[in-house]
Amino acid sequence: MTKRTTIAMLAVVAAGVGLVGGAVSAQDLRVALAAEPTSMDPHYQNLTINNSMATQVYDALVLQDVNQNLIPGLAESWQPVDGTTWEFKLRSGVTFHNGAAFTAEDVVATMQRAANVPNSPSSFATFIKGKTFEIVDDLTLRVSTENPNPFTPNDMSRVAIIDSAFVDATTEDFNTGQAAFGTGPFTLTKWLPGDVIELKRNDGYWGAAVDWDNVTIRPIGDGTTRAAALIAGDVDFIERVGPADLPNLESRDGLSVFKSVSNRLLYMTLHLADDRMRPYVTDNDGNLIASPFQDIRVRQAVSVAINRQAIADRVMDGLSAPSGQFSPEGYIGYSANLKPDAYDPDRAKELLAEAGFSDGFKLTIHGPAGRYSNDTRILEAIAQMLSRIGIDTSVETMPASVFFKRFARGGPDDTPEFTVAMSGYANGSGEPSHPLRIFIHTRGNGYGPGNRNGYSNAEVDKLIEDGRASMDIAMGEKAFIQATETAMQEYALVPIHHEIATWAARDGVAYEHGALDSTFIHNIRSK
Amino acid sequence: MLAFILRRIMQSVVVLFVMSLIVFSMINLVGDPVDMLVNPESLPEEIDRVRRDFGLDQPAYVQYWKFLTGALSGDLGNSFIFGRPALALMAERFPATLELATTALVIAVTVGLPLGVYAGLRPNGWGARIIMGGSVLGISVPTFWLGLMMIIVFSVILGWLPVSGRGETAVFFGIESSLFTVDGLKHIILPATNLALFKIAMVIRLTRAGTEEVMAQDYIKFARAKGLSSKRIVRAHLLPNILIPIITVLGIEFGTLIAFATVTESIFAWPGLGKLVIDAIVNLDRPIVVAYLLFVVALFLVLNLVVDIIYAVLDPRVRLQGEEG
Repeated sequence: MTKRTTIAMLAVVAAGVGLVGGAVSAQDLRVALAAEPTSMDPHYQNLTINNSMATQVYDALVLQDVNQNLIPGLAESWQPVDGTTWEFKLRSGVTFHNGAAFTAEDVVATMQRAANVPNSPSSFATFIKGKTFEIVDDLTLRVSTENPNPFTPNDMSRVAIIDSAFVDATTEDFNTGQAAFGTGPFTLTKWLPGDVIELKRNDGYWGAAVDWDNVTIRPIGDGTTRAAALIAGDVDFIERVGPADLPNLESRDGLSVFKSVSNRLLYMTLHLADDRMRPYVTDNDGNLIASPFQDIRVRQAVSVAINRQAIADRVMDGLSAPSGQFSPEGYIGYSANLKPDAYDPDRAKELLAEAGFSDGFKLTIHGPAGRYSNDTRILEAIAQMLSRIGIDTSVETMPASVFFKRFARGGPDDTPEFTVAMSGYANGSGEPSHPLRIFIHTRGNGYGPGNRNGYSNAEVDKLIEDGRASMDIAMGEKAFIQATETAMQEYALVPIHHEIATWAARDGVAYEHGALDSTFIHNIRSK
Repeated sequence: MLAFILRRIMQSVVVLFVMSLIVFSMINLVGDPVDMLVNPESLPEEIDRVRRDFGLDQPAYVQYWKFLTGALSGDLGNSFIFGRPALALMAERFPATLELATTALVIAVTVGLPLGVYAGLRPNGWGARIIMGGSVLGISVPTFWLGLMMIIVFSVILGWLPVSGRGETAVFFGIESSLFTVDGLKHIILPATNLALFKIAMVIRLTRAGTEEVMAQDYIKFARAKGLSSKRIVRAHLLPNILIPIITVLGIEFGTLIAFATVTESIFAWPGLGKLVIDAIVNLDRPIVVAYLLFVVALFLVLNLVVDIIYAVLDPRVRLQGEEG
C-alpha cells in the first residue's frame, strides 16, 4: 500500500463521513483524549493507548473488567484440562464486522500474526511465545505450554482477535481500515492521524450494547486546551484533567468529574547490592562510600522520612493516594497488612543513628522529568524531606528518553547507573505475579528485568516461582501476597503513591472507572 | 541568472549534506530510542530484538551510511514509532501546516500593512501611538500564553469559535483543505491569528519605517506638488516602493511559520508537522526528527533562493552574483 492510496482512501472515507459529522444527535459522543494510538493495527505495538483503542474494535478471548479481573470474552469459559493445558470454549454465533463467522481458526491465525508483526516496537510475542494452539473443534481450543502456566488466560486477554482472512495483512492495511474488522462493540469508520478517530456502534455486538451511535475521538495533548474544549461544549468527555483545571471543572454547573485511584505506582529504588563504592553517594566530606542502603534500617529511615500525605496534598493537589505496595486497595495482589509508612522524622533519625550514620551522608537522587504527574516536584519534595533527617540530598532530573537508558544500563558493563532513583509502574497484565517477577525476583533467567537495585531473597524467589508453576490460582495468589509482604517489609523498593486518574464530562455522560488510568470508550455511559 | 541559480543549488546540496551529518550525530548522542519504544520492564531478549529490527545494534557510521544511501533514493527511513516512511508521515501532515501558515501570513499582511501605512503617514498621531504600542505587545507576549487566553475568551467565555482541531475538510480543485468549509474556517481563525500576531507586529513596524522613509523622498513631494490625491500617492508611489523589503522579509518569515508553528499547533491540537515533530523529539523517533530538520533546511534554502530571484525581478538595480554585466 503506497502513501498516495492511503491518503486517497482517507479522503474518500472523510467525504463519506463528513455528511454525518454535521448533525449531533443525543446519541453521538465527542471525546478528547490526551494521546492517540500509534497504529490501528492491534498487534503492532503493545502500548497502553493502542490496547485501549483496540478493545473498542476487537475482542480478546478473555476480557478484563475495569479492575483487570478476567471476564468472558470471545471465550465463554476456560479451564485447565491437565497440568500444562488450558481449554477455551469459544462463543458461538459471533461475527466479525465484515460478516465472517468467528471460529477457533481465527484464534490460531491471530496468534500467528500477532507474534510476527515486522518492525513492531514492542511485540505481543511475549504473550504468545512458548504456547501451542490446538483446534479441537470449531468452538473449542486448547492452549498448552511446556511448564504449567496459570496465567495463560491473562496472556490471552492481551491479544485482539482478527479474522483469519487478514492473517497476512500489513500494519498499513489496518491503518487504512482495509483489514480493521474485529468483533468489538464499535466499528472503525475513520482515522486521520493527529486529527480524529471515528467509531460507529456495532449493532450485531454479542455483548452489552454501547450507549452511542457514533463516537468522535480527538487527540488534544495540552491539558488546558482539553479542559477548555469541554467547558466550551466542543466535546462531551475528556480524560486526564490537570490539577490546575480540576477545581474549575468541579465547581462548574453542568459538568462532573470522575476520579479513581489508579494502579500507577511511583516508587523509589535504593541500591542495596554489596558493592564497594557507589556513585552519587558520599560521606559528608565528599568521599565515595559503599551504598548505605545495604542496611535495612537506612532504607526504612528513607521511607518513614517521606511525608506521603504532604506530597499528596501540596504537590499532587490531592491527586495521589499514599501507598505501601504495588497494588491499590481492591486490586489484584493487594495485601491488607501493608500500610503506607507513617511520616516520622524522629524515628528516621534514630534509625540512621542505629545504622551508624548519625551525621548523615550526601546523596543525589535521579528521576525523569515530565514522564509522570509532577515527577520533578515530587523528587524535590523528597530531597527536602531526606535533608531534614540528615541525608544531604540533591536532585537531578532529565528527559525520559535519557533517564530510562541511564536507569537501565548507564553504569559500567551496562549495569544500572543510579544509586537512588524514582520511577513509575502500572501492572498492565492483570495478574498478581507480574510486579514480583519484574521488580522483586533476583535478576536473571527471565526474572527481574526491572530489579535494578540488586534485591535478592531466596525465600521470596521460591514463593514467586512456585506460585507461577501451580495451576491452582488461589494457592498462587496466597504465595504472591506473602512474597509481596516480605519484599515490602524489607524495602525491596520504597512505594510513594498511586496516582489518582481523572475524567470529566458534561451532565448526562458518566464514566465507569476502575484502577486503570487509560480510557475505555465503551465504559462511557449515557445517563 | 541561470549561473547564479545553478551555483546556489550546488551550495545547497553541500549544506544539506553537512546538516545531515550534524543532525545525525547529534541525535545519536541523546538517549536510546529502544527505551522509549519497549516497556522499560521488558526482558533483555525483547530489547535486543527491537534494537536489531531498527538497526540500532549497528555502529553509528553504518547507520549513517544506510541513511545516506536511502536519502539519495528519496527514502529518509521509517518512523520507529509509526513504522511508516518518515516522508509519508510528513507529507500527510504538511497540508494542515501549510494552510495554517498561509492563513497566518494573509492575516499578517492584511492587518499589518494598512496599520503600518497609517502609522507611518501620521507618526505623531494618537492612532499611530496606539498601533505601535500594540505592536510592542504583539512582539513581546509569549505565543502559548496568548493562545490560551484566546481560547478562554473566544471559545470558553464567548463561545464563538471551536477550541481546537482542524474541522471538516473539503476537496476543491484537487486540493483537500479545511479552508473550503465553514466549519474548517471557524477552526482555523484562532490558531492562525495566534500564529499571525507576532508577524502582524513585525509587518506594522517594517511598513511604518518604510512609509516614513519614502514619504520624505523628493518624488513624493513632487507628486504632492502636482496636486495628486493622497490616496493616489499611497497607491501609486508609496506602496510599490515599500513592498520590496517587506516581501524579502515575509518570504523568510513564511518559512518560520511553517517550520516553527509547533507551539501554536500543540496548544490548538492542530494536526500538522509541529505536533508530529514534538512527539518525535519526546519519544526519540530519530528518523522523523532527522527528516524534519532536513526538510526545514531545504525549505529555507529554497525560500532564500526564491526571495533573491523575486528581489532581482522587482528591483532592477539588483544584480545577482554570477550574472555579469
